[in-house]
Amino acid sequence: MTDANATRPRTRRDAQFDKIRDREAALAGTRQRTGRFMSKFLNNRLAVMGFVIFAVICLMSLFAPLIAQHDPMSPNLRAIAKPPSAEHWFGTDKTGRDVFARVLYGGRISILVGLGSALLSAIIGVIIGVYSGYVGGWLDWIAMRISEIFMSFPQIILVLLLVAILGQSLLNLIVIFTLTGWGGIYRMARARMLSIREEEYVQALRSFGLGPARIAYKHMLPNALGPIMVNITLSTAAFILQEAGLSFLGLGVPLSIPTWGNILNAAQDLRVLEQNWWIWLPVGATISLFVLSVNFIGDGLRDATDPSQQG
Amino acid sequence: MQPNDPILKLRDVQVHFPVKTGVFKRVTGHVRAVDGVDLDVRRGEVLGLVGESGCGKTTLGKAILQLVRATQGTVTYSGEDGETELTSLDDAGLFRFRKRLQIVFQDPHSSLNPAFTIFGSLEDPLRHYGVKTREERRKIVGDLLEAVNMRRESMDRYPHEFSGGQRQRIGIARALSIEPELIVCDEAVSALDVSIQAQVLQLLMALKREKNLTYVFITHDLSVTEYLCDRIAVMYLGKIVELCDAEDLYANTLHPYSEALLSAIPVADLDKKSRRIVLQGDVPSPVNPPSGCPFHPRCRYAVDRCKTEVPELRRFKSAKGEHMAACHLIDQPLAE
Ligand code: SF4
Repeated sequence: MTDANATRPRTRRDAQFDKIRDREAALAGTRQRTGRFMSKFLNNRLAVMGFVIFAVICLMSLFAPLIAQHDPMSPNLRAIAKPPSAEHWFGTDKTGRDVFARVLYGGRISILVGLGSALLSAIIGVIIGVYSGYVGGWLDWIAMRISEIFMSFPQIILVLLLVAILGQSLLNLIVIFTLTGWGGIYRMARARMLSIREEEYVQALRSFGLGPARIAYKHMLPNALGPIMVNITLSTAAFILQEAGLSFLGLGVPLSIPTWGNILNAAQDLRVLEQNWWIWLPVGATISLFVLSVNFIGDGLRDATDPSQQG
Repeated sequence: MQPNDPILKLRDVQVHFPVKTGVFKRVTGHVRAVDGVDLDVRRGEVLGLVGESGCGKTTLGKAILQLVRATQGTVTYSGEDGETELTSLDDAGLFRFRKRLQIVFQDPHSSLNPAFTIFGSLEDPLRHYGVKTREERRKIVGDLLEAVNMRRESMDRYPHEFSGGQRQRIGIARALSIEPELIVCDEAVSALDVSIQAQVLQLLMALKREKNLTYVFITHDLSVTEYLCDRIAVMYLGKIVELCDAEDLYANTLHPYSEALLSAIPVADLDKKSRRIVLQGDVPSPVNPPSGCPFHPRCRYAVDRCKTEVPELRRFKSAKGEHMAACHLIDQPLAE
């Protein structure tokens, strides 16, 4: 057969083989998966910048008690609505609370809400989506309909409804975000599983008689992880914005707890908006910076895990 | 258990897939991927299953392994512990038999999990079949890789580090890992370079001798079956149209469809191409198979009878045991 190869006229199959060989040649240089992933991520300057900003804001919030010299909750009646100074870096608000401290402490709650809701909805979405996407059938049908119900509600109405029923609290907000947010990740995980399901290694595992949960969670999920991580970062950003939006309207976290949205809430007052820019500008900028950085990270992750751009 | 006893008996196996259309996903018809197949696979033989793509041969292979469940008909496995009807078992009941039947796939690019090392991919089935310790599993996987002419150390590398031929050999190693008796090779060499094809085919034959395997070899390439198979079944639109000893198929072709397929085998000399029988039209849709003989719209011998009457698979005399074919005109002179 080998000898015949030299004299044999080229057929369509040869062209196919050439393509396969090219693909393999392109892959030959890459060694380790994780190495390739890291180097691709690190080569993306925006993603690295995003990660640095993200880390700085997170760390500053986390160590707020060490950095901020003032208590974010206690009013100081002798320093009401003072502009930035050496004493109060971002000035003080209308009740004399230090805005810098409030932004730091507010970050804790806002990031907790954003990241927490994103992780919770990812966990729920992935657990349901991975399994139902793989096994299909009536389970998949039911999961799909439930997610459609949650996603077809205008979120603001759902929030109003749940705030009315459950009352306003930090936990309730996370619950609401999770309830409204899991559908997106669920659908994405499910779609990924639907395409991975056709891969031959999945068929091979089935022919060994491995159980569906084992195949779905252990063997297939790792191949869907890339887009899931991207989705988690992007929904973290979205949830932080939503928290800010809802709190601005006074529907989010109770006003007594400082969050980025609650600080922004002060800008509802037109006089504050016009005269005391330091009350709302720093926190607004922080929110934008944070959301932007998370989005950059998400984009970087997407590029680094995209299988169509290997190498 | 004699070497030639059937290891698998297929009786009237049918696999139909519903066709859903419209917003409400109403079932408007069925794809008759496999439409009534009777077939015995004998212990220790290599049975070729050939036909154009879309003729249902892959579905039939999956139906043998119960990866696709037959809509109708039975697949019976016979081993040391008597006969078992696989089609009547549920997943739990099938567990014991999964070990006996395995499959090697076509596409070396999707047959291995890209997220796992070779060891990671191969160890889970072993654990599933009771190999408890990691050391044992590593030893078995290493031995398997050596059996398919690869280095033991390959087990800690990822699939993308291997060539197509190497991956195909790893796929064979995986199928061998639980020591099956029968392996379905689904276009196992079709995606490989011709010289690599030869290597893999030789490996398959060596393994067969060594481990007493039975192969069902699914392919569209009659030059591969010639090299490999003891018997060949030719499929057309979900039905077997000719079934005979491999040599008989090439020397004494009965069915017009097999004749056309054989004439299409590429020959080294392009000038001989003139003798090729070109089939008219496409393979008809298996949703609405033609009446009568499914091959009649493309058959150059077709007579009126072919349009109305379905030809049975009939037995003909042959020096090499039985020779089955489904065509009205056999026994009568074929009009040139
Ligand atoms: S039965 Fe008729 S149509 Fe069918 S293969 Fe024979 S001659 Fe051709």
